[in-house]
Amino acid sequence: MEKIIFYILSATILLLSLFSVTSRRLLRSAVYLFGVLSAVAGFYFLIGYHFLGAVQLTIYAGGIVVLIIFSILLTHEIDHQMEQPGLIRSLGAGALCFAGAAMMINLLANNPFQRQELAEQSDINTLGTLLLSSGDGGFLLPFELVSILLLAAMIGGIVIAKYTLGGGKEKNEKPTP
Amino acid sequence: MIPGVSLLEILTVSTLMFFIGVYGFVTRKNLITVLMSLELILNGAAINFAAFNKYLYPGQPDGQFFTLFLIAVAAAEVALAIAIVINLYRRILSVDVDNVNTLKH
Repeated sequence: MEKIIFYILSATILLLSLFSVTSRRLLRSAVYLFGVLSAVAGFYFLIGYHFLGAVQLTIYAGGIVVLIIFSILLTHEIDHQMEQPGLIRSLGAGALCFAGAAMMINLLANNPFQRQELAEQSDINTLGTLLLSSGDGGFLLPFELVSILLLAAMIGGIVIAKYTLGGGKEKNEKPTP
Repeated sequence: MIPGVSLLEILTVSTLMFFIGVYGFVTRKNLITVLMSLELILNGAAINFAAFNKYLYPGQPDGQFFTLFLIAVAAAEVALAIAIVINLYRRILSVDVDNVNTLKH
């Protein structure tokens, strides 16, 4: 049963990501991307990582896709059709990607992966404890670094999006009497 | 582990997804679609982390943490990129990669 679900999810991921990079309509492309990200969340649920699946659904499928759709609607006409890439460019890129994928899969197929036979620890309790522990296997430092990164990205986003051609100072200046 | 599904099948799916993203990254000319291809690439990498954690090192949830941090970094990157796209559209009324050469002059 899980096997069938995995194959359905894989087919969804591959087909929709292919549609997403080849569709000529921007909004459709974003909706295909939404499908891909939801299917990846389904994969996380399938291997039992429920917290990861929930995070993927809320941040990726809920946040990032909405942000992308917003920016599309702000910068394009709704029925805007993009021009197709040139034949040479798409053939060259396709050959490059095919060669890269073939090489990677060949390497992976010949690599002897060794499984560590340990009891699985992936419940949400262990996850939360390790995320805030500074001891062995704890991830406190990256956690704090990510919070600083998110703060910096937030401030940077506001500053960049607010910047106008005239330096943005005219509006704030009060007329001198 | 998913019964009946080997690690290699999952890695194949994520590799193909990664290279589809690379294809979009190379062929697309619109900044927003380039960003969407970037999301595909990052997601392909994130699947790898989770699959390795599940299949090879089940004793520690390190791979899940890497995936979490990857998602956080991707969110920060998208927020900044969207801000740049909006600002660029205000300046030159276009988001095509070919028209973006303001840094040159």
